[in-house]
Amino acid sequence: MSDTVRMTYREAVKQAIREALNDDPRVFMMGEDVGMYGGCFAVSKGLLEEYGEERIRDTPLSESAFVGAGIGAALGGLRPIVEIMTVNFSLLALDQIVNNAATLCHMSGGQFPVPVVIRMATGAGRQLAAQHSHSFEAWYAHVPGLRVVEPATIDDARGMLRAALACPDPVIVFEPISLYNMEGELTAASAQVRLDGARIHRPGRDVTLVTYGASLWRCVAAAEELAASGLEAEIVDLRSLRPLDDATVLASLRKTKRVVIVDEGWRTGSLAAEIAMRIVEQGFYDLDAPIARVCTEEVPIPYPKHLEDAALPSPARIVAAVRGLFSDAK
Amino acid sequence: MSDLTAGLTRERGLHLLGEMLRIRQFEDRCAELYGAGHIRGFLHLCDGEEAIAVGVMQVLGSGDAVVSTYREHGHALARGIAMGPLMAELYGKRSGCSGGRGGSMHVFDAATRFYGGNAIVGGGLPLAVGLALAEKLQGGRNLAACFFGEGAAAEGEFHECMNLAALWKLPVLFLCENNLYAMGTALARSESQTDIQAKAAAYGVRAAAVDGMDVFAVEAAVRSAADHARAGRGPVLLEFRTYRLRAHSMFDAQLYRDKAEVEEWRARGPLTTLTTRLKAAGLMTEDDFQRLLREADAEVQVGVEFAAAAEWEPVADLARHVYAEVAS
Repeated sequence: MSDTVRMTYREAVKQAIREALNDDPRVFMMGEDVGMYGGCFAVSKGLLEEYGEERIRDTPLSESAFVGAGIGAALGGLRPIVEIMTVNFSLLALDQIVNNAATLCHMSGGQFPVPVVIRMATGAGRQLAAQHSHSFEAWYAHVPGLRVVEPATIDDARGMLRAALACPDPVIVFEPISLYNMEGELTAASAQVRLDGARIHRPGRDVTLVTYGASLWRCVAAAEELAASGLEAEIVDLRSLRPLDDATVLASLRKTKRVVIVDEGWRTGSLAAEIAMRIVEQGFYDLDAPIARVCTEEVPIPYPKHLEDAALPSPARIVAAVRGLFSDAK
Repeated sequence: MSDLTAGLTRERGLHLLGEMLRIRQFEDRCAELYGAGHIRGFLHLCDGEEAIAVGVMQVLGSGDAVVSTYREHGHALARGIAMGPLMAELYGKRSGCSGGRGGSMHVFDAATRFYGGNAIVGGGLPLAVGLALAEKLQGGRNLAACFFGEGAAAEGEFHECMNLAALWKLPVLFLCENNLYAMGTALARSESQTDIQAKAAAYGVRAAAVDGMDVFAVEAAVRSAADHARAGRGPVLLEFRTYRLRAHSMFDAQLYRDKAEVEEWRARGPLTTLTTRLKAAGLMTEDDFQRLLREADAEVQVGVEFAAAAEWEPVADLARHVYAEVAS
């Protein structure tokens, strides 16, 4: 048997869900269209037939009620996986996530941890316009009491969901909509991945690219282009957006002295802003150039492809931002 | 007035009145302590609504889950949370039942399965639905009992939860304390349909209106509802018609209601009427009543002394419990 298996990001998530359902009778899944339809993005296709209606539960279009019910079921001893179709719809459940999931452990003096996993698709790239394409990770990452993660690789898509289910805290798992069809190798290491902590996706000596989610692959493309001209970029995949792993970012910066933050969120009040400030607070004297950011343009995501592409971080914009950090414009 | 006192014993009558008196005396003391600055933040007292808390808790078992609102001292006391830890919570002390982090609006207690103390109107309903779902999926026979006010019926979560609980036939008791005012907004000023139980019935939830000022009527209705839910026949909503005799909170000048209306309801107050009934039936003497009052006051005094003597949480522990400290 080979050590690796080729599969899509979607299949990696599904494998994690199946393993959880097999391993732990407390695990069940609910959300809109997760059962009969097979999941809006086909992540749960076939699970209803395999596990039955008690454990794969179709819900009404009542985000607040079924997310809150997931929180309540977690309080009641289960390990719910709640799927919200996209982050855009999660705003209808924001009350339950922020006012309940994030607070109950603290407000109860530690008596009531909330071990719920809430999965949702995020991001743009599929021409779905301004109510299905946004990236609100920063909003959730703002809230103490939540853990916020965004797997960007096949191993993490499987492993982080597994780790999230083992965590006693509420975990928001963002799945980039544009990565569901991405193929890659699932390795044995996926069984051991951590829920928190950043990861060096590509080592390099000249500049650090800090990113997460679908932008990881934009950074990879940019790094290849930069390498062709002799600039070696190190890519830090944040993986966890709360807590943030400052140490990995700062260690990379100490080596490269230059940093570009690539974030699919809007620039204003973004995670990129938070990361930049942490670098200023803790690594200012390691910087040989100003911190640069590549974020989504401050517009609701437009429908036509050329405008959507122009709004999002792209390899070309990342390359340009990196070159801008070198005074001799290598 | 219910005819449910037939067969009532002296012991039972005194027990129910004593439970309500504990709540009334606790709340009166809270008002004093608020004035003296020992309790801060928002303080919502439940005078007038004691029969609901006490009537409900006669029926619930220790395995049942309770989800409550920010006006929950009565529910907590009737559920069995001791006065010391409850008062210490109102003081914000570390030996409070929520470790002092919640205060008056956020009373939690794992030992009695008391899940708050939820101060977002309607926000507790989905939790109760989830607790009931967990019970059902684990094959248990416990209920989730969820208190909320009539103001919650205007929230989307109320409607979402009626539908979901009925759809999944979950063992939830939706216990609506209709005291006619959502803070200061009268029901008729905010709802096109003021009959709350009719809204629930529209979702296929078994529903009834109950005299919330009569502890016997409350207990009988909850007993029937609990039997229904425990039998796996789905959720029940009970709309308890009641009245809040005090202000909404300590900041409320009560400009929205007539004093005459308050006095009219005060005459129907659950303690007043039960006291009259027990005396008329020869089940209680004035001496008995005075003894119950003294016992309640003594218990409150012990609770206050416990709270006053309790320690503050060290500031070094500020960030504790944001995340779970034990693997679960």
